[in-house]
This record gives sequence, C-alpha cells and structure tokens, in this order.
Amino acid sequence: MGSARAILILVTLLLASGCSSIKPWVKPYERQKLADPIMSFDMHPIAAKHDAHVFESREAARGADGSGGGGCGCN
Amino acid sequence: MVVTKLIRHLCLFTALLANSVLTSFVLVNQAQAAVLPEDRADILYHRYEGGGMTIDGPAVLVRKSVSEKVSLSGYYYADAVSAASIDVVTTASPYTEDRDEYRFGVDYLHGKSTMSLSYSNSDESDYTANTLSFGVSQDMFGDLTTVALGFAYGWDEVGKNGEPEFDEEIDRYSYSFGLTQVLTANWIAAFNLQAITDEGFLNNPYRSVRFVDPTVPSGYSYQPEVYPETRTSVAGSITSKYYLPYRAALGFEARYFDDDWDIQAYNVGVDYTHPIGNEWVLTTRVRYYSQSEAEFYSDLFPYRDAQNFMARDKELSDFTSITVGIGATYKLPLDDYTERFTGSATIEWDHIEFDYNNFRDARETDAVAGEESLYSFSADVVRAFVSFYY
Repeated sequence: MGSARAILILVTLLLASGCSSIKPWVKPYERQKLADPIMSFDMHPIAAKHDAHVFESREAARGADGSGGGGCGCN
Repeated sequence: MVVTKLIRHLCLFTALLANSVLTSFVLVNQAQAAVLPEDRADILYHRYEGGGMTIDGPAVLVRKSVSEKVSLSGYYYADAVSAASIDVVTTASPYTEDRDEYRFGVDYLHGKSTMSLSYSNSDESDYTANTLSFGVSQDMFGDLTTVALGFAYGWDEVGKNGEPEFDEEIDRYSYSFGLTQVLTANWIAAFNLQAITDEGFLNNPYRSVRFVDPTVPSGYSYQPEVYPETRTSVAGSITSKYYLPYRAALGFEARYFDDDWDIQAYNVGVDYTHPIGNEWVLTTRVRYYSQSEAEFYSDLFPYRDAQNFMARDKELSDFTSITVGIGATYKLPLDDYTERFTGSATIEWDHIEFDYNNFRDARETDAVAGEESLYSFSADVVRAFVSFYY
C-alpha cells in the first residue's frame, strides 16, 4: 500500500506541475521517423510476451518491463 | 476477506485514475487523436533449452478492430515442459508438464484516451492463475506525451501433484504507471513504474532447502522450503529509442528492482535494429542482469529448521546473467497474390549465460557439503513466427 501511495503522489506531482504552457516542439508532420516500425518499443508483441515470460520465470525481478502502454500518437 | 481487499485496492486505483485522467483532460492542448493498436495476427513457435529444461510450444495472437473505437484481442500460449533441471535431479524425479494460457482483451478509444480491459487464465495440472487487468492511457501536450495507468488483480490456485488435499491460494495486486515522451523528432523515451503485492502460498510446494546433517554420508539433508506469505516489490525502468542518421534504430533499457524480501536487482540492455531494403529487418541485442539474494536464502542451512523462513531457490539467490540475441524479419511477397493483407516471417535467437554466486552444484557428491562448485548454465531461446497485417 505504501508503494501505491508513492505512485499516487508521483502522479499528482507530475500532472500538477504547471505544464499547460508547454507547446509541442515536435510537430505532427515531423514524426515520420518516430512512426517508422523500427522505432516501436514493441515491434512484435507476441515475441515480447514470450521474451518477458522467459526472464520472469528465472529472475526474482518483475514488473515495469512494458513500454508505457501508450505509443507516441505518431501513426 | 478477499472481496474487501479487492474493493479497497479498486478504490485506491479509482482515485489514481481520476487523478490522472481528470487532470490530463484539463491540460490537453489540441489535435490528433490516439490510435488503437494495429490489426494483426501472429502465429509463433517457441523453444527454450538449457539447464536440463526443454520448454516449447505454439502461441497465437490475433487483434482486430470491430469499429473505429473498439479493438479486440485474443492470445493463446502453450508450454510443454520436460524438466530435468538441477533442482529436479537433486531432490525429485524428472517430469513433463503442459501449460495452457488464454487471454482476451478489449481496447476502447475515446478521444485521446484508450481504455483496456483483459482477462487471462493459465492452467496446468497443479497450478491455475487468473488475472483481470484494467488500464487507461492518455495522449497529451500535442501528443508528445502519453501517460498510462494500470491495475491488475490476480487470483491463483496452487496444488500439488499426488496430494489432492493440497489446496492453497495467492492473491496478486499490481499497480503500474507509465510515461512515454517524444523528446525530439528522432528520439523517444518511456518511464515505467510498477508495484506488485502478493499474498498467499508463495513458495514452490516441491522445492527443498538443504541443511548440514552429520548423520548421513553426504553431510546434508533436505527439508521443504518455507517462504513468507506476503511479498511487495517495486520496479522502475527507462527505455529509449533513437533514430540514427541513416535508417536504423538504437534502443536502450535500464530497470531497477527492490522488494521486501531484500532482493535488489537491475538490468541494462542495448539493441540495434537495421533494415535492409524494404524486405529485411535485422536486430541484435545485449542484456545484462544482476540480483542479490533474498534475506532468507541460504545454499546450506546450519541445521534443520534453522530459520522461520528458508529458501534455496536459485531464482532467489545472488546471480548474474548475460543475454546476446539476434533476429531477422523478412517481408513475405504476398502482394502478388492478394491485396487484403501483408505478412512477414521472423526468427529470433537468444543465448543466455547464468552464473550463480551462492548456489552450489549439489550433484557433485564427492565434494564436501557447502564446498561444491558454484552452479552455472547456459540456455538457448528460439522464436519463429509469421505475422499478417490486415
């Protein structure tokens, strides 16, 4: 529960840090390189799932191995 | 009891969710909507071989949009395990086992938000795992930033082959936070944080610890391992991709892990993706992993029942591993036959070296107990799959 509270505080700080004045510095038409499949964190999801499973089964560490679950909105 | 806990965790997650989504709606600037994951189907064969274990089987992942806002996914994964690992050889008999996993998911796109719900079930003869996951991600700041939050609840049933009355449970709670950031037109990075709490029967019902026993010729005997009934861990990671001056990508990953069993771990890795023409994409990577041992781990306890909690799982011991991998994807020439979909074929191979710093090779029967060689082994992992995009 302590860890969850830490995340809650972190999220609050990140989102309440007065970012509304930021202008996007990479325009949509400048994102063709970011949209190239070779730039994907997760080019082949089925292989990534197996890869994560291979390590999880043999290591004590777990979690935070995703790619953020979002993407860059550049497709 | 479990329901009360689940409600408590769901309340906390709802607070997290409201905090993020409501704030982000206020801060959102303009333009472009988020996108659903692309429609594709993958059929994969996987094989792991090393340390006396052979694990192989198929996997299938299918994703299809049913409208502009809804995408469905289905995943099937099967393992056939043939085990004669060092743990099995020293304390039990080699065995074979099958495992099947199913996962169903739905993603719903609403403006710049994507909501995801999934359920998975994994089943083997002595273990059943269920997981219900919910996540939301939000594009903001001109779509340069994506924030994602996730919550998962898992409920497992632990059995023991040959003992039908053995029936234990585990509850699992996972909270995750992700931030993906476009840094420049060539560079993107992501930060992930995940906290996981497990409650229940967490040790392996088959595994044993060894302790000094002067009454037997080998100098040691075995007794069942005992783990604490709770475990909480936090992991934080940074991943990054950089588009090189020519068409190729350089990736970087680093993760730090800490838990209340006193295990600290980290891994770092780099990968390189290099297309050749329009038909080939070659990949290579190196990954290094290191962890410390659990506070209740020992390779050899001084006597029977030496501690309340005892483990001799090499997964909880102090070790390092290094992985070197290569892969190649070939674009299938389907254009000549159909315009309805495109496809590719991929093969990936990883070689992993595990070196244990406090787990000794108890197969060396002529050595003095506690002075056997430190254990190490290598493994090879192969994934071969075809992908169709429609």
